[in-house]
Amino acid sequence: MALSRLSLRSNRLLNPSTTTAALPSSLRRHVSTDTTPITIETAVPFESHLCDAPSRSVETSSSEILSFFRDMARMRRMEIAADSLYKSKLIRGFCHLYDGQEALAVGMEAAITRKDAIITSYRDHCTFLGRGGELVDAFSELMGRKRGCSNGKGGSMHFYKKDACFYGGHGIVGAQIPLGCGLAFAQKYSKEEFVTFTLYGDGAANQGQLFEALNIAALWDLPAILVCENNHYGMGTATWRSAKSPAYFKRGDYVPGLKVDGMDALAVKQACKFAKEHALKNGPIVLEMDTYRYHGHSMSDPGSTYRTRDEVSGVRQVRDPIERVRKLLLSHDIATEKELKDMEKEVRKEVDDAVAQAKESPVPEPSELFTNMYVKDCGVESFGADRKELKVTLA
Amino acid sequence: MAARIHGGAATALSTFNPKKLVAPSRTNLPAAARSSKRCIVAGGGSDASKKSLSVRHSQKLIANAAVATKAETSATTGTGHELLLFEALQEGLEEEMDRDPHVCVMGEDVGHYGGSYKVTKGLADKFGDLRVLDTPICENAFTGMGIGAAMTGLRPVIEGMNMGFLLLAFNQISNNCGMLHYTSGGQFTIPVVIRGPGGVGRQLGAEHSQRLESYFQSIPGIQMVACSTPYNAKGLMKAAIRSENPVILFEHVLLYNLKEKIPDEEYICNLEEAEMVRPGEHITILTYSRMRYHVMQAAKTLVNKGYDPEVIDIRSLKPFDLYTIGNSVKKTHRVLIVEECMRTGGIGASLTAAINENFHDYLDAPVMCLSSQDVPTPYAGTLEEWTVVQPAQIVTAVEQLCQ
Repeated sequence: MALSRLSLRSNRLLNPSTTTAALPSSLRRHVSTDTTPITIETAVPFESHLCDAPSRSVETSSSEILSFFRDMARMRRMEIAADSLYKSKLIRGFCHLYDGQEALAVGMEAAITRKDAIITSYRDHCTFLGRGGELVDAFSELMGRKRGCSNGKGGSMHFYKKDACFYGGHGIVGAQIPLGCGLAFAQKYSKEEFVTFTLYGDGAANQGQLFEALNIAALWDLPAILVCENNHYGMGTATWRSAKSPAYFKRGDYVPGLKVDGMDALAVKQACKFAKEHALKNGPIVLEMDTYRYHGHSMSDPGSTYRTRDEVSGVRQVRDPIERVRKLLLSHDIATEKELKDMEKEVRKEVDDAVAQAKESPVPEPSELFTNMYVKDCGVESFGADRKELKVTLA
Repeated sequence: MAARIHGGAATALSTFNPKKLVAPSRTNLPAAARSSKRCIVAGGGSDASKKSLSVRHSQKLIANAAVATKAETSATTGTGHELLLFEALQEGLEEEMDRDPHVCVMGEDVGHYGGSYKVTKGLADKFGDLRVLDTPICENAFTGMGIGAAMTGLRPVIEGMNMGFLLLAFNQISNNCGMLHYTSGGQFTIPVVIRGPGGVGRQLGAEHSQRLESYFQSIPGIQMVACSTPYNAKGLMKAAIRSENPVILFEHVLLYNLKEKIPDEEYICNLEEAEMVRPGEHITILTYSRMRYHVMQAAKTLVNKGYDPEVIDIRSLKPFDLYTIGNSVKKTHRVLIVEECMRTGGIGASLTAAINENFHDYLDAPVMCLSSQDVPTPYAGTLEEWTVVQPAQIVTAVEQLCQ
C-alpha cells in the first residue's frame, strides 16, 4: 500500500527538470566561478499552513549549483564508503545512512550561516559534513579512532562540531527537539539574530516532547525552525501506519508550517531562507521535507522487508537529488557530462583517501576512558580516598 | 572578586594534615585500574602548598568543608544575618544571577508566583521574564531546553517543583545532561543546576515523597549534592552554579524553614566535601539531608548514655568524599549510615560498598545501614513515620554496633 501511495506521489514528481530552456553555446557560462544569478523554478509547489508559501522561483548561481553537486556527491560517496566499512566490520554498532536525503543538508547550508545552529538525530554524518566537517574526522569517528570528531568516544550517532554550531548527533528519538529549543532560547537570550534548525524524523514526530517544545517555542517566540525529515518510514513502520495525521507540517497546529520537496536542493534552500526570516520575526515554524532514504533505517536493517525494491529504485530513478542537479547543470550548460564525471571521480578519490587515512589513525589511549567526564572546576579541588596519590584525573 | 574563605572549620582542621599534601603524583591509569580501587574524583594536582585555608586568590576559589555550627560562624565573623533555608537558597541564587548574566532560572511557577517553596521569590521582578522563566508543565521539554541552552554557554538553574517530577525528564538528565560532555569529546560543557525538593514530607502521598538520589546516582557525568542547613544550602547553590559540570542539588521539603545565622560575606562550599557535624571517638555516623537532624537528636540521647558518636553530613552524594569518611573510619572503626533512601539501591547501599571496598581493614564491625523501608510512602501519618528512620532506631543501632 505504501508503494501505491508513494508511486502516486512520484507520478506527480515524474519530471523534475526545470522549465527554463537550455542556453545556446555562445552564452555558455564558465564551470565553477560564475556567481551571476540564475533563477530556477522548483518542480513542486510548496504547501503551506498558516502562512504564505514562498515563491517557487529560487535565486541561485552556477557556482552554487555546482557546489551542490560536489557536496552531494561527496556525501553520497561517504555514505557508500561507510556501508562497505560497516560490512567489513570496521564500523560497529549502529550506523544510520543518509544517502538519498543529501539535498536537505546542502540546501539548508546554502540558506544559512555557520552561526545558525543545527541539531539533528542520529542520521548525522552528512549534516556534519555540510557544517564543514572533514571526511577524515567523520571516518575516524565511525571507526572509533582518536582523530574522530568526538575523539572516538561518540560514534556514528554522536558527531558534533562546536565551532560550526553543529550540536549533534543524538541517539534517543526526539530528545534533540527540546535541546534545539534550548539552543533557540539561548540565541534569543543573547539577542543575536541567529536561528536554530532542529531536525527530526517522521517517527519522532509522534513524540510528546515535540509538542511540549513547540508550545514553549511558540509561547516565548523562540527563533526555532523544526524540520521534519519525512522519509516515510519510522524504522520499519510506514507513516500511514504510525501517524493519524501524516501532514507533519500541519501538526504544529498554531505554529505555521511548510511542506517542501526535500529531494530538490533548491526548494530546500528557498524554504530554509524563508523559514529563517520567519523565525526571526514571528517565532517558530515547522518545515516538512518530503525526502527518502535508499538504505534501510540502519545497517542492520535491509530496508526491503517493509518496502519493495521497485519502490526504492523508482525513487532513485525519478527523484534522486544528485541526478536532478546534474540535469540542471547540463541543461543550463554550466558543465559538461565529462566535467561532472571528472568531479565525481575526484570526490571518490577524496573519500577513498580519507578512508585510508582514517584507517591508519590510532585508537584512543586507555586513559581516555576517564577524560571528559567532568570539567576541572573553579579551583575547588577534591581527592580520592588517599590524598597522597592521584588515582585518576577526571579531566 | 575574591570570596572570603570560611575558616570556621577549626574541628575540620584537626583531621586535616597539611603534611599529607605532597604534590600528588600522576599515576598511570592502567596501574590504578589493576589495583581495582574505586576511582573517584581527583583534582589536577596543582600546588598542594597553596592549599592553605586563608589564601585569598582572585582566580582560585578555595572553598572549605565548612563546619556550619552556629557558634563557629558567628565567632569568626562577629556579624551575620539570620534567615530560613529557602531564603538562603534565594540569596545564593540572587547573588549568582547578579554576578553572571548567563545565569537564568527555569521551572514551573518560579517567576510570577515566586516559586512553590518561595526559593525564587522576587527574582522575576528583579531580573525580568527572560531570566526567570515560567515554563508550562513539561519537565522533559524544559529540562531538555535548559540543557540545550547550557550547550551554548548559558547557565540555567532548572527547578523541578518536586524532584519526583524529574522522572519525566530522566532521559534528558541521563543521556543529554550527563553524557554530552563525554560523547562530544569535551566540546560541550553542560553547566546546569537541577534542583528541587524531594524526600518524605508530611503526608504528601507516595508520588510526592520520592528520593530521586538513588535513581540518579549511576548516571555518569553528573554531580549530586544534598543541602541540609541554610549555611550549606547557600554555599552549595553558589558552587553548583559556578561549576562547569551538571550538578543536581537535592533539597528537602521539610527543611525549608530551618533558621540559622549565616555570614554576611560571600562564601561557597566545596561540592565534593563532606561536613563534620560533630566529632567523636566511638562510631562514625554518616548521613545527609533531613536524616542529619534525626541523627543529631539521637546523638543527644547517645551522649547521655555515654557514647561519643562522630556525625558526618556527607553532603556530596556523587562523588562521595571518601577522604573525610575514611579518616573518620580509621579513627572510630565503626560505621552507621542513616539515610532516607530506600533500602534497595540507595545512596546507603553504594556508600556501604565503597566503605567496605576501601576501608575494610579498619572496620571492627560490619557497616550498618539504616534506610527507609522499600515501600511507597503511605499517606497515614503513623505509617509514614514508620517508613523513615527515627531517632530511637538510630540509638538502638549504635548500641548494637558498639557492643
